[in-house]
Amino acid sequence: MLEKALVGSNKYWAWVFFLLGVITIGGLFYLYQFNYGLGATGMSRDVSWGIYIAQFTFMVGVAAGGVMLVLPYYIHDFKAFGKITILGEFMAIAAVAMCIMFITADLGQPMRIMNVLLHPTPHSMLFWDMLVLNGYLFLNAICGWVILNSHNKGVHYPQWVKPFIYLSIPWAFSIHTVTAFLYCGLPGRHFWLTAILAPRFLASAFAAGPSLLVLISMILKRVAKFDAGEKAFQKLGTIITYAALANFFFLGLEFFVAYYSRVPGHMHTLDYLFWGLDGHNNLVLPMRFSLTIGLIATTMLLFPQIKRNEGTFALSCAMLFLSLWIDKGVGMVLGGFVPNPFDRVTEYYPTVIEIGISLAVWAAGALILTILYKIAISVQAKEA
Amino acid sequence: MYDKGKVLTGLAIFVAIVTFPVWYDLVHAQHVPKLEKPTLSKKCVADIAYMRTSHMVLLDNWRNEVVREEKRKMIDVEGKPYAKSLQMGCMKCHPDQKKFCDECHTYADVDPFCWDCHFQPQKETK
Amino acid sequence: MDVKRRNFLKIAGLSAAAGLGASSAFTQLFKGDALASEEGHGGETAGHAAPAQGEHKAEDTEFQYGMVIDIPKFAANKGLAEKCIAACHYEHNVPDFGNPKDEIKWIWLDDYEHSFPDASQYKRNAGLNDLPVLLTCNHCANPPCVRACPTQATFKNDHGVVIMDFHRCIGCRFCMAACPYGARSFNWRNPREQYANGNYKFFKHGLNPNYPTRMRGVVEKCNFCPERLAVGKPPACVEATGDTKAMVFGNINDPNSEIAKVLNSNFTIQRNPAAGTKPSVFYII
Repeated sequence: MLEKALVGSNKYWAWVFFLLGVITIGGLFYLYQFNYGLGATGMSRDVSWGIYIAQFTFMVGVAAGGVMLVLPYYIHDFKAFGKITILGEFMAIAAVAMCIMFITADLGQPMRIMNVLLHPTPHSMLFWDMLVLNGYLFLNAICGWVILNSHNKGVHYPQWVKPFIYLSIPWAFSIHTVTAFLYCGLPGRHFWLTAILAPRFLASAFAAGPSLLVLISMILKRVAKFDAGEKAFQKLGTIITYAALANFFFLGLEFFVAYYSRVPGHMHTLDYLFWGLDGHNNLVLPMRFSLTIGLIATTMLLFPQIKRNEGTFALSCAMLFLSLWIDKGVGMVLGGFVPNPFDRVTEYYPTVIEIGISLAVWAAGALILTILYKIAISVQAKEA
Repeated sequence: MYDKGKVLTGLAIFVAIVTFPVWYDLVHAQHVPKLEKPTLSKKCVADIAYMRTSHMVLLDNWRNEVVREEKRKMIDVEGKPYAKSLQMGCMKCHPDQKKFCDECHTYADVDPFCWDCHFQPQKETK
Repeated sequence: MDVKRRNFLKIAGLSAAAGLGASSAFTQLFKGDALASEEGHGGETAGHAAPAQGEHKAEDTEFQYGMVIDIPKFAANKGLAEKCIAACHYEHNVPDFGNPKDEIKWIWLDDYEHSFPDASQYKRNAGLNDLPVLLTCNHCANPPCVRACPTQATFKNDHGVVIMDFHRCIGCRFCMAACPYGARSFNWRNPREQYANGNYKFFKHGLNPNYPTRMRGVVEKCNFCPERLAVGKPPACVEATGDTKAMVFGNINDPNSEIAKVLNSNFTIQRNPAAGTKPSVFYII
């Protein structure tokens, strides 16, 4: 089926080469970082993880979001997701690939990455994260590819894939739970040390992942004549709405615990993120912006008229996605390091190198997604 | 055979690439490495053949024993104690990195990262 | 650990073991304290004399090096703390980049307020904040960094010291996020950068040829000088305090040791004990 990615319009090739260009430039930036060291980034002794790990965390969520299509389609036999489910599975593949790239970009000694397998360490959550992420990549690659191949041949997919499909559902929950465990098991970081972190992660993932899928599907409708169908969009809209509601509900709970208990450790990071701490407030504007557009988007999605109109539906999904991206892909990780163990504030700003490498990872993810979607849509077009 | 020309050209290119290391070496053949022999003693901590092929394994094991297991007991060779250490052991007898280590490493085109952290005795002055 | 929980873990571990041999993984996962003495070995030293099952080691490690830092003595000896820092940073070739972003430190000074942010700062007595507090790795009996490390590059050795294996570290910096004491530094860049004339740029205290430097991309921190302890010398910082007794070092779990007696006869505090890490560095204020 791969050959289907090799024939396309001029626009398709222009897009592919644009992405390759971004990847090349980012690759050169990475070469510099590889030779100089991670000092090329804005990270420091106090804020020792930056946008690489923050983006990694967010992309795990996008990957897990694919399950919001797989679950209704395969468990509840929700037929309207027939065309779009494969897109969810392929989005998960691209997102996990991005996760692996972000992690690699963040390593001080990337050549030693195999040490994680060479010295397996079950008490390290990073070890488990590696297992579940690679497992999820494998499951989605198997399910997506075999099912699409069957479509291509015009037959029903073989029975042996079914266990893999069912397994991929709890597995999706596991990837984001374990990713939350990276943070919420650390004794010295109050902002992360909350049992609600995994549910928060899942809620934001189930809003952000499907939102992105809606936006991509709308683009595909225009550029690739792929119509996921009105019913699928509406159902996704409902899923996104409830996930977003849960997300902001959980966030509200965090605010209550911090500001009603008035335990300093619980308040400090929220202070820093939303009000500024000790005169440091570089994340206040983005975080307030994130919260505002997120709440507006969620409110908009509650109105059926807005959800049914394609323009306003897309707008609310875009706002929600951006909101959650700032919240998790920026504030969640960076905020956890403030204040530091000495009760001081160190601020972090990403460098051009760091942003360039991150953009290249996004471009690489988009390229994987483009190729996989090209194949999927070509197969489905042949079918129709 | 269809596309005879194309197939044969492709095959020729393939063979050329695969055999590249062989003929590259023919052109760029280097002198056989000659190591500086230690003057202090004649006998190493292990026999020469083992050291030649597996000194990196020995060093790795030493590191694990010393750093991870606190097994720092000196190795006794003919009454002389040797520390389980590249810097404080091996280089007592083989003090010159260039004339000993690099001689083979350059020949074999391997680039171990020992010297990213460890020092050779010559550089003792700051 | 109480019997109920131990039994539960046994049963749970056994049921989880089916086909996976996961029982040890299970106990390792949930038994923070037990990790301590085991980690150094992973599966490498099956024949080691130490108990193989984590369960028997719920108590503190038998041998736990620790340190008492007597702040008033440092306050009385001007410049002593700086001498300790210089001794350590020379001994281990700790680079000085001259900027806070790249900063690497094994032992350093801070004020009372920022050393003990969890202690009450409310109406604290005048002068308290002017005291020089020496900070370093706490060599916790229950170290979260060791739990976090995905390669066992950081581990607890038989003497309770939290050690770094620089050759194994992949530079993921999970340990830095895990440490509640900010004791860990990362090599953001090559510490051995040289000037054109071959001099090193960042070794302000001079270069100790008997100890390696690190390379970029690995984490480092205080290691209680195991190479000195092995030959009967105290850690470099302790040695630098001379006869002042401003630092007392030894096995805190041996009731006859000097440090155990100092701990027994003085009121000492620890940094952030609420984190449950059981720090082995104690302060006399």
